[in-house]
Amino acid sequence: MRGSWAALLAGCVALGCAPRAVRVGSKNFTEGVILGEVAARACATGGATTEHRRQLGGTAVLWRALRAGEIDVYPEYTGTLAAELLRGVDARDLAGMRRALAREGVAMSAPLGFNNTYALGVPEPLAAARGLRTLGDLRGHPGLALGLSHEFLDRADGWPGLRARYGLPQRDVRGMDHDLAYRALSAGAIQVTDLYTTDAEIAWHHLRVLADDRAYFPEYSAVLLYRADLARRAPGCVRALESLGGSLDAATMIDLNDRVKRRRRTESAVAAAWLEEHRGLRTAVAAEGRAARVWLRTREHIAMVLASLLAAVLCAVPLGVAAARRPRLGALVLGAAGVLQTVPSLALLVLLIPVLGIGAAPAVAALFLYSLLPIVQNTVAGLRGIAPSLRESAEALGLPPSARLRLVELPLALPSILAGVKTAAVINVGTATLGAMVGAGGYGQPILRGIRLDSTATIMEGALPAAALALLTQALFALIERAAVPRPLRGGR
Amino acid sequence: MSDLPAASLAGVTKRYGDEVALGPIDLDVPANRTTVLLGPSGCGKSTLLRLLNGLIAPDAGAVRVLGAAVTPASVEGLRRRVGYVIQEGGLFPHLTARGNVTLLARWLRRPPAEVDARVVELAALARLPTALLDRHPGELSGGQRQRVALMRALMLDPEMLLLDEPLGALDPMVRAELQRDLRGVFRALGKTVVLVTHDLREARHFGDLVVLLRDGRVAQQGTLAMLEGAPADGFVRDFLGAQTDPPAGP
Repeated sequence: MRGSWAALLAGCVALGCAPRAVRVGSKNFTEGVILGEVAARACATGGATTEHRRQLGGTAVLWRALRAGEIDVYPEYTGTLAAELLRGVDARDLAGMRRALAREGVAMSAPLGFNNTYALGVPEPLAAARGLRTLGDLRGHPGLALGLSHEFLDRADGWPGLRARYGLPQRDVRGMDHDLAYRALSAGAIQVTDLYTTDAEIAWHHLRVLADDRAYFPEYSAVLLYRADLARRAPGCVRALESLGGSLDAATMIDLNDRVKRRRRTESAVAAAWLEEHRGLRTAVAAEGRAARVWLRTREHIAMVLASLLAAVLCAVPLGVAAARRPRLGALVLGAAGVLQTVPSLALLVLLIPVLGIGAAPAVAALFLYSLLPIVQNTVAGLRGIAPSLRESAEALGLPPSARLRLVELPLALPSILAGVKTAAVINVGTATLGAMVGAGGYGQPILRGIRLDSTATIMEGALPAAALALLTQALFALIERAAVPRPLRGGR
Repeated sequence: MSDLPAASLAGVTKRYGDEVALGPIDLDVPANRTTVLLGPSGCGKSTLLRLLNGLIAPDAGAVRVLGAAVTPASVEGLRRRVGYVIQEGGLFPHLTARGNVTLLARWLRRPPAEVDARVVELAALARLPTALLDRHPGELSGGQRQRVALMRALMLDPEMLLLDEPLGALDPMVRAELQRDLRGVFRALGKTVVLVTHDLREARHFGDLVVLLRDGRVAQQGTLAMLEGAPADGFVRDFLGAQTDPPAGP
């Protein structure tokens, strides 16, 4: 009996039905990453091997990845589900939402406990002095100055609707940048601003969030979305995820955001600390130095660039040779490569997700496609630029076409081809930073994180090595040119 | 002439678009002698040369070279038996002089020792200092480049040599020197040579046989003395006369 079980297990592993790690994804903003980290750690305590693919771009990327099975879990908001993903379902109708999600093979956890929606905030001392607790309380203070973000000011479901719902009398209402609004509050130039209910800045600037007692703002309750098949694959994980329901109120979420944004703790450390203190779940936090981090990003980045470039050279040079020989085919190939070049990189990455999933594959594929044009173009230009007398001399010698191509035409076109490869390589080094949006890692990872945390130091951790790598690539190609191109053909004789 | 011709054109016509570049023409190229294709520019002499090594194909008629018809199947083998030198030499700038000369031999995997020996032999024949063999064409003078081009054409010891205005781009001093050396080479080798020029003095210098072309047809052929003694028509007389030095003034 034991032997047959072992055989069955072995067969099962070979067929790929061994339980694979539960993959948690998160959107590219701090609260999303913290929630992803909480979910991944909770899931791990339920006995599943987990990995967290953090800051994977926006809603579209995560939603596609979840349905494609590239990830199993990600944090989402009911308001986003209602407005963007499940059209026509009310954000407060959880049962209706669950039914709609089930049709996509997706389940939704119990709401985590906070509602991250629009709100108005007032400095705590002023709120206490004027007795402001709800939005309705603003009616009695027409002299208050409001500084609102432009988007909030313009959206029908922003300020215009809010003013109508509560009958607000304030006249001094200005549109301003969100960061400036906080400064204006500190300086006393304005007294009220719009914010999200879990912004770290609420704790930071000691603001009081006015209650929306007439339920004007849409509901953006945080939930965890997970694939319906996860309950079967990792029941312990699902139990742990569901047990998080109702455990995170707005004050807690503000605090967690604040710990990451202002006190510069890592999301992993913040999530682990909260799970341990409030849920009694111990999870390990791997300490990781900056050098190790940069080294990892460097390896990911170079791997992406090399793989895409190599594939592009192998494809684009033969395409260029064919295009140079047949003008009509050439026009077609160059046209197609040109069109590819105009597809915005982020759009291309998102389009590739259903086909290639997330991670390095779609990033490498996108970089490959972008590399084609410069290489094909320069191959064609290099071959067409060969003097007719040289082509004829090679032919008159009695060399067959393949030998003429290899011994005469390609060597003569080599400087131009190399220049094309160099262009592609330098562009790739830059564009590969976008790979972080689809979970490919690389230097884009610290850049995204730095933008999210408004930390120049973190941005530089990606931007500086990326710039250095671009320069290094230039230098490397200068060396390759020196080694591969005979002296008389080199530029700048 | 008892020998079979080295090459022949029978009823050959070549058009570019609507314009007839050559023919209809019948011509035999005698073996082991130097034939000069002479005529004003546009008379079809380069077209004729290019037909002989299959760089272009005739629209009508047949071209035979070294006993075989020039066809897509035979042309590659034929080209290896026919050396070809063009005006600017057509040397490959990415290869050294030696690399240019030995390109085909190396591709054919001839034994390196044999190749090296042949290069030394040809350098002596073409009077090229061996120290220049490892320079790239850009580092050689125009005359030196033509000597390298000649070596490249002779590398596989071809039975026939085609030269298209080989001295056309050289200044007069270099030209005179190379002209002498080329004639020495032709005499020493005793091969079939076809040389294209528009220069009567060059024709006089090289030619056993002169073929004067006009508008794609043969105006007259024979030794230069025959042409001068009995010009076939006014064109022949004018062409020969125009290039003769005017009599010295009183």
